[in-house]
Amino acid sequence: MTEALELLGNAAFWVAVLRIATPLILGTLGVLLCERSGVLNLGIEGIMVAGGFVGWLAVFHGAPLWGGVVAAALAGAAFGGLLAWLTVGLALSQHVSGLGITMLATALSYFGYRVSFPKVSTPPTVTPFAAMDWLPIPLLQQQTPLTLLALALVPLLAWLLYRTPLGLALRMVGENPQAAEGQGIAVAAVRSGAIVAGSALMGVAGSFLTLAAFNAFFFNMVNGRGWICVALVVFASWRPGKALVGALLFAFFDALQLRLQQAGDALLPYQVYLMLPYVLSIVALVVVARNASYPQALMKPYRKGER
Amino acid sequence: MRLERRTEAAPAAWIIAPLGAVAVTLLVASALVRWAGAPVGPTWGLLFDGAFGSVFAFSETLTRAIPLMLTGLAAAVAFQARLYNIGAEGQLYAGALAAVAVGGLHGGAGIDLAPWLLFPLMMAAAALAGAALLLGPALLKSRFGVDEVVTTLLLNFIVLLFISLMLDGPMKDPTAMGWPQSVALQPELEFGKLIPRTRVHSGLAWALVLAALVWALMQRTVAGFEIRAVGANARAAAFAGVPVARTVVGVALLSGALAGLAGAIEVAGRTSYLTLDMSPGYGYSGIVIAMLAGLHPLGVVVASLFVAGVLVGADSMSRTMGVPTYLADVIVATALLAMLVAAMLAQYRVRFR
Repeated sequence: MTEALELLGNAAFWVAVLRIATPLILGTLGVLLCERSGVLNLGIEGIMVAGGFVGWLAVFHGAPLWGGVVAAALAGAAFGGLLAWLTVGLALSQHVSGLGITMLATALSYFGYRVSFPKVSTPPTVTPFAAMDWLPIPLLQQQTPLTLLALALVPLLAWLLYRTPLGLALRMVGENPQAAEGQGIAVAAVRSGAIVAGSALMGVAGSFLTLAAFNAFFFNMVNGRGWICVALVVFASWRPGKALVGALLFAFFDALQLRLQQAGDALLPYQVYLMLPYVLSIVALVVVARNASYPQALMKPYRKGER
Repeated sequence: MRLERRTEAAPAAWIIAPLGAVAVTLLVASALVRWAGAPVGPTWGLLFDGAFGSVFAFSETLTRAIPLMLTGLAAAVAFQARLYNIGAEGQLYAGALAAVAVGGLHGGAGIDLAPWLLFPLMMAAAALAGAALLLGPALLKSRFGVDEVVTTLLLNFIVLLFISLMLDGPMKDPTAMGWPQSVALQPELEFGKLIPRTRVHSGLAWALVLAALVWALMQRTVAGFEIRAVGANARAAAFAGVPVARTVVGVALLSGALAGLAGAIEVAGRTSYLTLDMSPGYGYSGIVIAMLAGLHPLGVVVASLFVAGVLVGADSMSRTMGVPTYLADVIVATALLAMLVAAMLAQYRVRFR
């Protein structure tokens, strides 16, 4: 117990919390953007793989690190565009389309990796983002610029959603598309835009893994982080500020289990610690389920003129 | 662009649309084959030969199709009631674990019962384990409104870690030299081979019979009608007196049991022990199969032969051509999305205006 308390005073621990939280913040904001417009994006798991792969590949082939991030965003946006066509344009099942995108994006990335590196056994590496030593803020100093970007996006997205006409249109489309249409809002365009932008964020979330957290691309490296983001959005009641809190809380427990696991005198088998993030996500869903205020039109396809 | 429901039936559309989907899939995959630097025609030839070209090839495809039929059925029944069970992967492993727990040679001996008694016990345990695993998410959905997609997805990760825990501990095979693998099944409990010198086992009969039973249940019984009614419109079904919550839980038990049986049948028919890489995503492929089959239980049989053929054929093609086996996953995912679009275009007319 005293060890646990010592841990909380340990700066390295909080540095780890912020690092673990970064892809979750980016991914959760991406899901939030899609769902606020009324579309579930189960493509996230695969889009994160694609973002991680494309971003890393670009840097491996000589692009600057930020170029890699942009490439990851574009890859995410491309899959987002496909998902938008399926779910908004054709009004197909959002569950199945999203899962299909995850399968497609994952398979294409793994295929692309194997084609580019047929014979390697140890993954080739790139030089990842360095910590921001120049920054005079204690915990952020040890983070990469992508963490700063993730943190900056939280208020930015909140401002966009609650303080701009575009945000109002987006929320309206997610709550009552018929009424939005009546106000002259192009429902399909707003939804498609939200999916593409949200998916771009998911791509960036993936690139954090290959360009900041690690320096290479591994199979199974996303490992359910995308699904956890989908759970976090519910936990956050679809609000950017709460999404940040949720991601940090989640990262806190994840960092805690990592430390307990490494402590050596671990009381439980390591698998129990690894289960914790997934168990916590389910618990979080159950806790908030009663009061969850889903966007009213979430998962309801909209066809002009149909009620 | 907007969609208009076709007022009169369009039989031509129902033929052209799926062919278009196949064409799109072939095109995407061919582009990837070219990217990998292999000749397109021979690659497809090798893939087809590897899946259906000889008795051995076809036997391998059949063997691979057995678990896929069961996970496909699991997804099909659940999706009929709009219970999005994405957890068949975890349920399959839970079933396999239960099968090994009941029928395994623990410490060289295992449960001392006559095989004719132990075998049904083993299968029942597997079905129960799969069903129990989906019961939680189904209850959370009907009681608290917790989305089952996320809970079943997350449970997959939890189950795999639990299996890993078991393979390190109580279920560990002490003779496996530290390799994470469970104790073997009692030899009397293993399925017989259907064709000599191949791996096709009598689990195929189980899968086919179960597909027929599920079809009969869905089409010929009140319960099946209620399941479809809940899926078509839960509110209308409730209004008509269908016990919606109970139906959803019942479907969950059935779906989970089918996926659990897939695990037991894999262990008893193919591997004879449990490992962490026993299923290369059979649970997820089951979803694709169910969708390709239009959620029809008998269609699932055909669709699982297709998916199994792609997987087996790609393995065999990859050994010669050096095109990564992930091509199979691209084909399967593209086929899923293309068929979804095709089914939509067969029902709706697209108006550009």
